[in-house]
This record gives sequence, structure tokens and C-alpha cells, in this order.
Amino acid sequence: MIDSLRGIGRKGWWVALVLLASTSAPAQLKIDITSGVTDPIPIAVLPFDADPRPSSEVVAVDLTRSGRFSAGAANRSDYLVTGRHAVTTDGRHQIDYELTNLLTGQKLLRERMVASPQAWRNAAHRIADKIYERIIGARSSFATRIAYISVDGRPPAQRYQLIVADADGENSRVILESKQPLMSPAWSPDGEWLAYVSFETRSAAIYVQRLRTAERRRVSGRAGVNNAPAWSPDGKRLALTLSSSNGNLDVYVLELDGGALTRVTEHPSIDTEPVWSNDGSRLYFTSDRGGGPQVYRTEPRAGATATRVTFGGNYNARPRLSPDGKQLAFITRDSGGYRVAVQDLGNGSMSVLSKGSQDESPGYSPDGGTLIYAARERGQGVLATVSADGLISQRLKADRGDVRDPAWGPFLP
Amino acid sequence: MTLRFIAPLALLALLAACSSPKKADEASAEPVAKSESESAVAQPDASVDAVSAGMVGDASSNPVGLPPELVNRLVIYFPFDSDAISSADLDLLSQHARFLNGKAGVSLRLEGHTDERGTREYNIGLGERRAQAVRRALALQGVAESRLATVSYGEERPAMGGEGEDAFAKNRRVELVYGTN
Repeated sequence: MIDSLRGIGRKGWWVALVLLASTSAPAQLKIDITSGVTDPIPIAVLPFDADPRPSSEVVAVDLTRSGRFSAGAANRSDYLVTGRHAVTTDGRHQIDYELTNLLTGQKLLRERMVASPQAWRNAAHRIADKIYERIIGARSSFATRIAYISVDGRPPAQRYQLIVADADGENSRVILESKQPLMSPAWSPDGEWLAYVSFETRSAAIYVQRLRTAERRRVSGRAGVNNAPAWSPDGKRLALTLSSSNGNLDVYVLELDGGALTRVTEHPSIDTEPVWSNDGSRLYFTSDRGGGPQVYRTEPRAGATATRVTFGGNYNARPRLSPDGKQLAFITRDSGGYRVAVQDLGNGSMSVLSKGSQDESPGYSPDGGTLIYAARERGQGVLATVSADGLISQRLKADRGDVRDPAWGPFLP
Repeated sequence: MTLRFIAPLALLALLAACSSPKKADEASAEPVAKSESESAVAQPDASVDAVSAGMVGDASSNPVGLPPELVNRLVIYFPFDSDAISSADLDLLSQHARFLNGKAGVSLRLEGHTDERGTREYNIGLGERRAQAVRRALALQGVAESRLATVSYGEERPAMGGEGEDAFAKNRRVELVYGTN
């Protein structure tokens, strides 16, 4: 049942350039920090010597944007970053940088980062990750990517784009464009592929698409609902939602190699929004079998029993697990609307992290310290982040149209 | 792109414990950043995408020969969080069933939609429930199942933008889209 659709492959630069010209530029995202910690660590990031690109600026912006640092002058800072950014004769970017503790005079980092011409920005994000980890003692996710859906135009004539960008919203590129809805992007564990739902044939189908080559494959185009793909941790299977002929939604598992399909839930309610535990032994999903939607846990095999996981309130849906597997993020409905909540899977305690009325699609950064979600702000769809402790929040707004349905990609090798 | 920063709000002091630097790492590692700049863009199936199957509100093109009293009556609306069809709409669906039963070679797509509240994927389930409710009502009037297809768009294709009950009510709907076999 697997249709192989060949997308636009690696046919050389001319093909790529022609396509770029015929695809409209993605909406640009702009970041606002809406709250941070009281006492950000003062750090000075001096302009790198000979900087052919503003790489030191990228480092400073990453650190500031984390909410944990404030960038300022060296004489008022605890830490100092200096560097030299050169382009080698073969066109590669070479950044030598140093991190110094100004209070002790100690050199904490002294490294060289080398990048291909297109990847200088990624190199700068990696430097920011190194500095963050060295000072804070925890990983950050500056050098990772996000996928999201951008929607332009007035209903009912809208245009949908699937976009991949750096975690700071820069370097955005359109992965797929359609006049019919695109939704539910999901990253493969290796960051090489996206699965998503497209209505391009005027019915729903799930595709997987390789980002490097744009090769795409329709993996599920059955009659009715094909929705909510989620990649297994080993990258070999997708959990997904299909409907029976009478329209009942259940969760299935699809082997990507060979197409074998296993029905996991079998209940005359809506069962959907599956997500894997990090060891692949469990699936969490939404079901309204108890009346309203709640999160349940089961095993990815036929006939497994399901156990209810969420109990606070009458609407808890679209679960995502933290990278350490200890917390569950989902959307809860409270008096103010639909908001991002997290629940400690150990003791069951739940807290609401966002303040919007129409928040959706939460997911964790790969370091687990931040959640990204979709929100509405004065009628515009925006992306937002909040730290897992609730203290630091940001908005990423598009310069036009709505952005929504974010998915944070994994760490890159 | 311009980034505009709003100064971080003061909340809590967290980071007292972060300045315990270890010995400087003198080794000069050389990690290599990977290029992520390939620019290939996939295209959806354009041949299908370009087909305009929608007849809603388009009285000028009526290829299936709908009677005039049905031409602009192709949307069924629903209350919040419900797939219940009003008795007036059941009457309307009876008229559509009579038309279908008397006209061979015509098929009907039932496109279920929700308002924007709630999660996207769960709303696909709610939209499907509405489409199925309309399908059952038509099947009970003798329309062959093989002539009916459902698709749920959830909240992905609103009829009307904006927030508020006016828009929400217009968006909780099933659209009847006629086609020829």
C-alpha cells in the first residue's frame, strides 16, 4: 500500500534555484522575550575579528534569548567571549573562540568551529550551546531546528506552507506548499525526515519527506482519516490515527518498511494523538472514551489495555513526553481557555504553564528545558516558548499570516 | 529579519549555583558544523490540487443538475461540541437524498469541520463525527453508501476567519460537495 512519490530530488543547483523562484518566500519570524529570570548572568560577546558574517551577534542573541544571560559591556560582565571568524581559501568558515571567566581570569573554553559556507550560522549556534552548557551546566538547543505550518490568505482561500527553520526562526525554508491544508509535522528521531498530513488530493494522507533531497513517500492514504503521525524512537514505525468505515478513529502502528499495520486501540470513541515513550514500549494518546478527551497510556501492540493518565479537569489532550520521560505536556481546558499543562508522571501533580486562550500543539526542546507551542495573539497565530519551570517565555511572530503546529527537531549529530 | 527584544521581566533568582567553573579545556577540538542549507522543495500533487471540486455557493456552475432549491443549501451547521443535526436540516438532507436517489452517476462528498477551539488532531475526530452523522442521515433515506464519501478537515479549513461565536458557528459545519462518478 505504499506509494512511492518521487519529489524534487538532488538534480543539481539549477533545479533547486528554479523551484525557489517559483515558491514564495516563507514568512519571517521575529522573537520577543516576554519574560525571563530576574538575575541574568552578564556576559560580553565582543565582535569577532574579521567577522565576514555577524556570527558573534548570533551567539549573543542566542544567549540573551535563553533568558539566562544578558549581553553587555566587558567591564560589567562576569564572562567574556572573544573570537576570530575567517573564511579559508576553500570557502569554509573557521571560527576560533574563547570563553573567559572575568572574575577569575580562567579560560573556560578555547575551540575552533569549522563550517561549510551555508552553515556559518549553525556554527555560531553550536558555539552558543557550548558556552551555555559550560556556564549553566545543562544543555541548550540553539543548534536545532523547528518545523511548523504557515497559513496565508483569508478563509476559505488559504495557502499552506510546511516550513523548517533554525530554532531562532532564522534560515527558514519552505518544505512543501499547498492550497489544501497541511498539518501535524513530526520529526524522525535522526532529524532527516518529516512526517506530516496533507490534504493535497482533497482527502487526508500521511507522507514522509526527506529534508535533504525532498524525496517524499505517501505512507498512508486510506479512505477516511489519516492523521497524527508520530515516529517511534527507533525510526522504523509510525504511530498514526485511522478511521474505520463508520468513521471511528483508532490508533495504529505502521511499519515503514513493508507497510505492516497493527491496530492498537479498539474502542468506539475518538482515539488519536499518539506519542511514543522514549524507550518505545508505551504509547500515550487522547481518547474521549470517558466522556471528554483525556490522556491514556497503552502498549504499541494489538489488544493491549489502556490506562487513564490525566485527571485534572474535563479536557486534556495531545500529549508529548519530556526527553527524560518524567513529564507529560498536553493541552488542558481551564476557565481561561485552552492552555499548555505539564504533569509529573511520578507524583501526578499538574501545572498550567501558558496563559493564552487558544494554546495548541505543545512539544519539548530536545534538551527538555523549553516547550514550544502555538498561540493566538490579537487574532494572529504565533509560536511561543516557555521554559519547563514556567519562568521564561518568548513569542515568535510571523511578519504576515498565521504560524502554528510547531514541532521541535532532535539534536543534530 | 529584524529581531526586537523586550527586556526580560524580573521573576526569580535561579542561577546562584552556576559559576563554579572547572579547569580550562586546553585541547582545541574541531567540531564541524553540518550544512543544512539544501534548498529542494517538494511539490504536492498539483494535478489533483488544481481541480476545483467545490460547488458550495457557486450557483453558476451546476454540473450535476441540482434543483434550484438545493443549489445554495449545501451546508449543515452544528452546535458546539455536537454532531446533532437539527430537524430543519434533516428535512434538507431528505431533499438531497431524493435528488441523489433520482440521479444516477452523481456522488457526494461530506466535508466535516470544527471551530478552532481544542486540539487540531482531536478536532479531526470531531469533524469526522459530523460528516458521519450526515452520511448516516442520507443512508437512512436510501442513498447507497458507495455514493457517499467523508473527509474531515477539523479546524484546518475555516469558512470564516476571526474569533468569537459568529465565526465559530459558521465554521462548525459539514459541506455537501457534489461530483460526478
